[in-house]
Amino acid sequence: MNFITNNNDPLILDGHTFNSRFILGSGKFSLKLIQTVMEYGGSEIATIALRRANADSPENILDFIPKNITLLPNTSGARNAEEAVRIARLSRELGCGDFVKIEVIHDSKYLLPDNEETIKATKILAKEGFIVLPYMYPDLISARKLVDAGAAAVMPLGAPIGSNRGLLTKDFIKILIEEIPLPIIVDAGIGSPSQACEAMELGASAVMANTAIATADDCASMAKAFRLAIEAGRTAYLAKLGRVLDKGAEASSPLTGFLQD
Amino acid sequence: MRKIYDSMEYQPNMQVLDSDLLEQVLDKTKNFNPYQYTKKDVLSVLEKDNLSISDFAVLLSPAAESCLEKMAKKSKLQRYKYFGGNVLLFTPLYISNYCENECVYCGFNCKNKISRSRLNAEEIEREMIAISKTGMREVLMLTGESPTKSDVEYIAKAVSIAKKYFSTIGLEVYPMNVDDYKLLHQSGADFVTVFQETYDSTVYAEKHPAGAKRCFPYRFYAQERAILGEMRGVGFGVLLGLSDFRKDMFTAAVHAKLLQQKYPHTEIAMSFPRLRPYKNHTETNPNDVHETQLLQMMMAFRLFMPFASITISTRERSGFRDNVLPLCATKISAGVNVGIGGHTENEQKGDAQFEISDPRTLEEIHNAILNQNMQPVYTDYINTSLL
Repeated sequence: MNFITNNNDPLILDGHTFNSRFILGSGKFSLKLIQTVMEYGGSEIATIALRRANADSPENILDFIPKNITLLPNTSGARNAEEAVRIARLSRELGCGDFVKIEVIHDSKYLLPDNEETIKATKILAKEGFIVLPYMYPDLISARKLVDAGAAAVMPLGAPIGSNRGLLTKDFIKILIEEIPLPIIVDAGIGSPSQACEAMELGASAVMANTAIATADDCASMAKAFRLAIEAGRTAYLAKLGRVLDKGAEASSPLTGFLQD
Repeated sequence: MRKIYDSMEYQPNMQVLDSDLLEQVLDKTKNFNPYQYTKKDVLSVLEKDNLSISDFAVLLSPAAESCLEKMAKKSKLQRYKYFGGNVLLFTPLYISNYCENECVYCGFNCKNKISRSRLNAEEIEREMIAISKTGMREVLMLTGESPTKSDVEYIAKAVSIAKKYFSTIGLEVYPMNVDDYKLLHQSGADFVTVFQETYDSTVYAEKHPAGAKRCFPYRFYAQERAILGEMRGVGFGVLLGLSDFRKDMFTAAVHAKLLQQKYPHTEIAMSFPRLRPYKNHTETNPNDVHETQLLQMMMAFRLFMPFASITISTRERSGFRDNVLPLCATKISAGVNVGIGGHTENEQKGDAQFEISDPRTLEEIHNAILNQNMQPVYTDYINTSLL
């Protein structure tokens, strides 16, 4: 029997393969903790806010991220497509690679993404050869437009950024998982390993988390707990869930057993 | 003798916005009575995640002082949720101390015989080089309030010099019209702070007997004009202790909230400067703000607007400043010299507005932040219009 392992079930983003399905946000850590947290979490991708990556300030976040990690620079701070595009181009100039997570936010209170501007930015950057992962509000119509715009994955929010409230948008994320032919990466709002596990069980391709780990008493152990939960959820998804109350009970004797010819 | 205007009357050349924000703010704050609440009210507000304006009023009450420890726990949680352990660093730079106002509480009062000066372009650049050499990437430029001695073009020139050395440029200068803010924005500035000092219009008139600052509504609408001038963020503050500090704090926060609702993309910042209480004076003045009340105001605001930036003033002692960082504050100045031209080895050219209580260098403050397992952040902003 072939068990599912990380090695035969990679996450593929625009042809790039990753064994880990745990994307770590680096925004809320002490820089000195990042490496340990990444190791415990087994992450291979780390988001960084480009606005924090200033080459000539006394401490540069880029120096604290292990070299074998793929950088996923985000455009946080952008209020519209144009600003996001400029930040992405700057990211490439600074040598942060071709991956970019589009974040376009026009609300300083809830930090909810602006899907319309996100689609515009995705279209421009995908044409310029970026591997675009847009952060979005889980709306099917917008997600389809992101596919057409050339996104490499779609990153719907589970709940508002930093809220640790879990999969508040669960039913809509399910729709994206069913309908969208790209990896669905649940971003924002995941507050605990059990919620990350649930997202993976539903069929999400990966989970991104930051606040939940950064605000734990022991960040490294929490990163490990997330790794295990994400692996468990993924394995459960691939193993195909059996009877789950959510799906309604299945009768043990066939309902159509009366048919004779 | 110059003309003294009524404090509610606009003076010549002051732009009047088509906005009813002032009426809205005054309407929502007119019935504020912090003495009506009990400890039970406070505890029930502390159970909530999203605070309404009236919940916020409860946290400003004297009753909430007895729940400070509980408030601190909740405030710390929110602070870490929204900002992690990040602490933004900046240095203020005073480029001119000429002033045309007569604020009775201020060292820059134009009738106060202090040494006046303004830095020329070369001196400004020298100061900025000195500051940026310390590693600092955010500068807050300040002037006294004199549109004749430090006119908008002068400030714009200073901003364009600052752009060469800093990624983030904030301004704390006199209120101006939308087009002036636009010019400063195009020169490279993105954040504007204006302290209303007090929202009690009667006290305001008493404390500001003359000058442009006497105009209460023009000052009130400064943040909105700055936003219309395309500034990215705006800062608010009251001089705690000038009037009823609870009511002033309440009104300043409602002002910030309503403005953020009207312009949702705007970044909001709050400062908490206080008039220090006099010794042997504690029982007689209900407006005295001690550290207990100051912390209460700061944490109440953190819980009310958890996403907003809170700056901890350099008027406070280092022990207080360090300890409020994990609880509520997100931004701290370092390497501060409030005199005119105080960052270079040359002799200081002009006197300071007030005395600072935390003279630590950037390196010392950087290490103090690390010692609390928090993270100093030097840059948090990309001015995309410059890319």
